[in-house]
Amino acid sequence: MSNNKEKMVNLTINDKQISVNEGTTILQAAKENNIYIPSLCYMEGIHQFGGCRICMVHVIGARTLMASCMVPVAEGMVVYTNSRKARHARKLVCELILSNHPQDCLSCPRSGGCELQEIAQKLGITEARFKGERSPAIIDISPSITRDLSKCVLCRRCISVCKRIQNIGAIDAQNRGFHTIIGPGMDQNMEDINCTYCGQCINVCPVNALAETDAIQKVWQAIHNDDIHVVVQVAPAVRFGIGEEFGLPAGESTKGKLASALKELLFSDVFDTNFGADLTIIEEGSEFLARLEAALAGGEGNATLPMISSCSPGWVKFIEHTYPKQLDHLSTCKSPHMMEGALIKSYYAQKLGKDPKDIFVVSVMPCTAKKFEASRPEMQNNGHLHVDAVLTTRELARMIREAGIDFVNLDESNFHAPMGISSGAADIFGVTGGVMEAALRTLYELVTGAELPFEKLHVQPITGFEQIKEADFKLEKVLPEYKFLEGVTLKVAVTSGFEGARKIMEKVAAGESPYHFIEVMGCPGGCIAGGGQPRSELRDFSQKRSEGAYSEDESKKIRKSHENPAVARLYEEFLLEPLGSKSHELLHTHYTERGEFNELTRE
Amino acid sequence: MNDILENAREAYEEESEERERLEHIDKIIAEYKDQTGSLIKILHAVQNVYGYLPLHIQRRVAKGAGIPLPEISGVISFYAFFSTVPRAEYTIKVCMGTACYVRGSKRIVERLEEVLGISAGQLTEDGKFSIEITRCLGACGLAPVIMVGEDIYQQVKPDMIHKILAKY
Repeated sequence: MSNNKEKMVNLTINDKQISVNEGTTILQAAKENNIYIPSLCYMEGIHQFGGCRICMVHVIGARTLMASCMVPVAEGMVVYTNSRKARHARKLVCELILSNHPQDCLSCPRSGGCELQEIAQKLGITEARFKGERSPAIIDISPSITRDLSKCVLCRRCISVCKRIQNIGAIDAQNRGFHTIIGPGMDQNMEDINCTYCGQCINVCPVNALAETDAIQKVWQAIHNDDIHVVVQVAPAVRFGIGEEFGLPAGESTKGKLASALKELLFSDVFDTNFGADLTIIEEGSEFLARLEAALAGGEGNATLPMISSCSPGWVKFIEHTYPKQLDHLSTCKSPHMMEGALIKSYYAQKLGKDPKDIFVVSVMPCTAKKFEASRPEMQNNGHLHVDAVLTTRELARMIREAGIDFVNLDESNFHAPMGISSGAADIFGVTGGVMEAALRTLYELVTGAELPFEKLHVQPITGFEQIKEADFKLEKVLPEYKFLEGVTLKVAVTSGFEGARKIMEKVAAGESPYHFIEVMGCPGGCIAGGGQPRSELRDFSQKRSEGAYSEDESKKIRKSHENPAVARLYEEFLLEPLGSKSHELLHTHYTERGEFNELTRE
Repeated sequence: MNDILENAREAYEEESEERERLEHIDKIIAEYKDQTGSLIKILHAVQNVYGYLPLHIQRRVAKGAGIPLPEISGVISFYAFFSTVPRAEYTIKVCMGTACYVRGSKRIVERLEEVLGISAGQLTEDGKFSIEITRCLGACGLAPVIMVGEDIYQQVKPDMIHKILAKY
C-alpha cells in the first residue's frame, strides 16, 4: 500500500453510507457501524472459515448471497443485511443447524451464554420446524474436558485455536459430510492423546460441545456432608475474572466479594492459593539457587539449567508429551494449589486436630488442566489426595448463582488465616511474567540483600503479552554465602502459550538455551486467560485482567513472598527449612515421560 | 521339529518383510515431507506399500512428516480411497453411479452382502473379498457394472453373482 496510509473503501449497508479500511470484511464493516450480523464459525484473527453460512447477506449484483465473514468490502458495494432473501436464508441456516442439535437448552449448562441459543433467539426462531436424522452423539469424558458431540455445530474454532494458537493439533475434523465429527481421530478419546487439557478450545466453543468436566456435584455433596470439613482455596487469577460472570468490568478485583461468596456457600475454611504461591516462590527460589550453586560452584544435586517453572499443569503435560527427555529442567516444585492442598491435609489438619481423611479440599482455578493435575498419582500423600475437587472459575460462578448469592452486592471480607494471607507477589502469579517477577523479587533480595532494582518492583522487560520476553541483570555485591554468583549475569525468559514454549524448548533440547530460569504458562497471556476463565468478547480482556492483578499487587503493604508472615510461621512450626525433608515429602514431585502419542497410558 | 523350524522361518520372513515395508514408508515420508500439501501424496504412496493405514502407520507418518495425527486421520477418514483396515485380496466394487443405480446395482449389493455374509465396507473372514460402493466407473453403457479386483463385469444381474465369485 502506498504512502503508508490505509486506503478507505466506501459502501452502503442497509442504505447507510459507510467508509472502512480496505481489506475489511463485510461482517467487520457492519460490526464497526453497529449493524448486527449473526456469526457462528467466525473468530476474529483466529478463524475465518465460512462454513456455517449464518452470516449471509445480500450483495446487490452478486450471483448468490455472500458469507459476510469471508467477503472483503469493495468500492461502491451495496449490501443489505435485512432483505427478505437474506433474512430468510439466515433463519433457514439456523433452523437446519438446530435440526441436528439436541435442543435441550433447559438442562444445558451453557444456556444463557450459548452463542447458538442467542442467534436463534435473535433470528426469531420459535419452533423446531425440521426433525430428522442426527449426527453421531459421542460423549467423551476426560479428567479435564468433556466433549458432547451431539451439540457440536462443526464451526471448527476449537481446531484453529488448538492448531494455530497453541500449536498442538490435538483435534481435527474426522469423516465426511453428515458423519463429520471433531476429535482426535481413529476413535481415540482425549485421554488417549497428547491433549494438554489447556482448555482454550472450551473458551472458543460457541455451544456446550466442549466444556470442563463437571466437579460441581461432587463439591455440593461434600459441602452438605456434615462429617467432612470442606476447605476451599482460590487461585490468583480467579479474582480478576469471575466478576465478568456477574457483569462487573474485566480486571476488577473481586477478592473481598469472592471470600464472602465462598463463606456463604458454607465452605468451612476459605483459603487463598496466593499463600501457596508465596510458598512456591520460597521453595522454587531455593531450588533455583541450589541448581545455580551446583552448576557454577560444583555443588551437589541437580545442576540442570535452565530451570523451568512447573506451576502450569497444561505446560507440564505438554513437556511430558513433547520433550520427555528434558524433564530434568522442570522445577520439582508442585504447583501452588497442590502445595497448599498438601499442607491443608498435614500442617492445617494437625492444627484442626482432624484426620486428613475427613478433610475435603476444593480448588477454584482459572484452569481445566488443574483437574487432570489433581488426579495425578503423584499428587497425594499417605493415600490422601492433596486436592479432592477442582472447580473452574466458570463453575464457581454457576454455584454462586445456584445458591442465589447476589455477588455484585456482597460485602467484602477477608480470606481465613493462616492460608489466606499472601503478598502482592502472589497477586501477579496468574499473569504471564508474574511468577518470574515474584521469584526475582525474592531471589534478588536473598542474594544481594538489596531490593530488586526496578520501578515499583515490576520487571518491565518481562511484562506484557509478547510471546517470548527476556531480561538479564548482573548480580553484584552479593552476600558472602552466595559468592558463587558475584558478577554473574542472570538471564531469564518468559513465555505463554505452547507456540512460544516450543520455540524455547527446541533451543533447550539442543543445549543452546542461554537462560538460567524460564517461566512457562500454558495459556497465551497466562492463567488470567486460562481455559477455565469466563469467556470474554473483549479484545483486550487479558490486558484488563492483568492491569487488575498489577494494581492489586501495588496496593499491598507486603509485596514480596519472603515477607509473608504466615509462610514464615509455616517454616518455623512445620517445614523447618526450604527444600527440607518435609518439603520434599509434601511439596516436590517428579514427572512422567509420556511420549507424543501418550504411548505410556495406551500400551 | 520341522514344524517349529518352519514356523520360526515364517515369523522371521514376516518380520523382515515388515521391516522392509517400514523402511520404504520412511523413505516416502522423507521424500515428500518438505513439500507443502503433500500429505495426500504421502498417504497414497504409503497405502500402496502397506496395503492400508492403521493407527501405528498413521503415527509413523505423523512423526516423520511433523503433521498432527488428527489431521492425518482426518484426511484418511474423509477420502473413501484410504482404508484403515486390511483390504481384501479381491475388492468388489459396485458402481452406484446414476446409470448403474437405475439399472439395479442396489440389488447387486444386497445379493453380494447375502452371499458373502458381510456388509458393504467389510471384509470376509478369510480376507478374500470386500464390498465397496463406488461412484461412476465411467462405463454407463454397460450398466450395471461391477469390478472384482481388476476384472470388469457388465450388465450384471443378481443371479450372476454366484458364478462370478466362483472364479476367484
